[in-house]
Amino acid sequence: MPFPYASPEQIMRDRAEYARKGIARGRSVVVVQYADGILLVAPNPSKALHKISEIYDRIGFAAVGRYNEFETLRQAGIRYADVNGYNYNRNDVTARALANVYASQLGMIFTDSIKALEVEIVVAEVGETSDQDQIYRLTFDGSVFDEQGMAVIGGQSDTVATRLKERYRPGLPLAEALDAALSALTEPGGERPSAAQLEVAVLDRNREHRKFLRLSGPRLERLLTPATPAAPETPAAPAAEGGPKPPPTAPEGDIDTGSEPPL
Amino acid sequence: MASQQAWMNNLFTNTGSSSFTEFLRGYAPDMLPGNRDALPAPVGEQIPHATTIVAITCAGGVVMAGDRRATSGNMISNRDMEKVFRTDEYSCMGIAGTASTGIEMARLYQVELEHYEKLEGRSLSTEGKANRLATMVRGNLGAAMQGLVVVPIFAAYDERIGGGRIFGYDVGGGPYEHQLYHSIGSGSIFARGSLKKLYRENAAPDEAVLTVLQALYDAADDDSATGGPDVTRKIWPVVAVITDEGFRRLPDEEVTAAVETLLAGRMIDPDGPTAPLR
Repeated sequence: MPFPYASPEQIMRDRAEYARKGIARGRSVVVVQYADGILLVAPNPSKALHKISEIYDRIGFAAVGRYNEFETLRQAGIRYADVNGYNYNRNDVTARALANVYASQLGMIFTDSIKALEVEIVVAEVGETSDQDQIYRLTFDGSVFDEQGMAVIGGQSDTVATRLKERYRPGLPLAEALDAALSALTEPGGERPSAAQLEVAVLDRNREHRKFLRLSGPRLERLLTPATPAAPETPAAPAAEGGPKPPPTAPEGDIDTGSEPPL
Repeated sequence: MASQQAWMNNLFTNTGSSSFTEFLRGYAPDMLPGNRDALPAPVGEQIPHATTIVAITCAGGVVMAGDRRATSGNMISNRDMEKVFRTDEYSCMGIAGTASTGIEMARLYQVELEHYEKLEGRSLSTEGKANRLATMVRGNLGAAMQGLVVVPIFAAYDERIGGGRIFGYDVGGGPYEHQLYHSIGSGSIFARGSLKKLYRENAAPDEAVLTVLQALYDAADDDSATGGPDVTRKIWPVVAVITDEGFRRLPDEEVTAAVETLLAGRMIDPDGPTAPLR
């Protein structure tokens, strides 16, 4: 059977393109620093399939893309953290080490498999003080980006990041940081997602033991209320469910072949 | 390190189980406690032993307290040991028996509960937690036969019933649910006698704290391996209260206040409070 020749560059480009398109189909997730730690916000109507999760005492995880693929990554991260914390000490589990494990796995799959993982993830660690907070963004090819203050992943991440940058300041209180994240996630003039359609969590450095806390129900409503006083109780179904989906927007710029080390 | 390789290579494998212990057993068995070669001779009393833990239910929760002494035979090997461990937001365990094995068991159990919670996105039921601990105690049976006996006590706030629950174990496992109160360790006989007389139904948590401190005092009074309040060094028992607000280890000031109340009473009547005869 004849097999047409494809150059390695072409193969990598195709894989990257494929993964990029898959990721761009999903909605963005925002991870942003606030006064007491790190806030993670994902528009997600599902109560069962989480995009945001706790990994360890100080470490949180956020992902976009194919659910089964990032769920495997999430579980592996929990295993990695728990084994290390059990084997050494709870303080010895760090986001940096975890990001490296993810990076090598993502990079290996990108190079060796026919299909790259269609995921983009954030590993965030809350420190004792805000300058010790760490936010790492990892792309499908295993590149690691050390983000300062905020990270956006998923479809239209560039536009969302631009909108977020306009509102973001270091040391925002929680409600204002959430407000900034939501206005970044909402198209200008569009309707904000209600509490039921949001998955929100914080890594709060003032909490004891485990810093990760999901915000939902009345607690989330209260946080949302001052920011959106005129928000109707039952907003219309989001466009992604019933109506036609907005066309996927691929991030601009040259295609990332994974050959440029960003760190 | 061979085991390091095995578990790192299997991080991304779907093991089909949300148990941390199962994962270790499959890919890093060296890390599991109790997976040791048989000892050439039983260890007996040469290594430190943890002693008395008591737990009682109170209004809307449960209180657990442990003395601070560890003994090796007739020697006091530790004066300020901690034997009550937070296992998750709504539960805790205390250990009696071989201290090292017990601490290891508590550490593993803590990860076990948390691992399940993170993977599944929900906490285990109270019965589920109690059963899981039974499996771990039973796993230690071989070591127990060699002298490394550990018997834990488990207490939790059960959100379904809105109150505290207490579970006991023996070397073969368990769990045995105890209504009202339970105690373990060398001073447990004396503590239980004390609890039996001082237990008040639906006592407020701070009343219950005083009850457990009285029981530990009575245990220390009659059992040489149980440490009483160390007045000169200011070492008091570890007291944990679990209610719907979660696990709270009482800070030193609160325990100091309760211990001072207890000591003031004992200065007048060394045998402590009396229960009404009829």
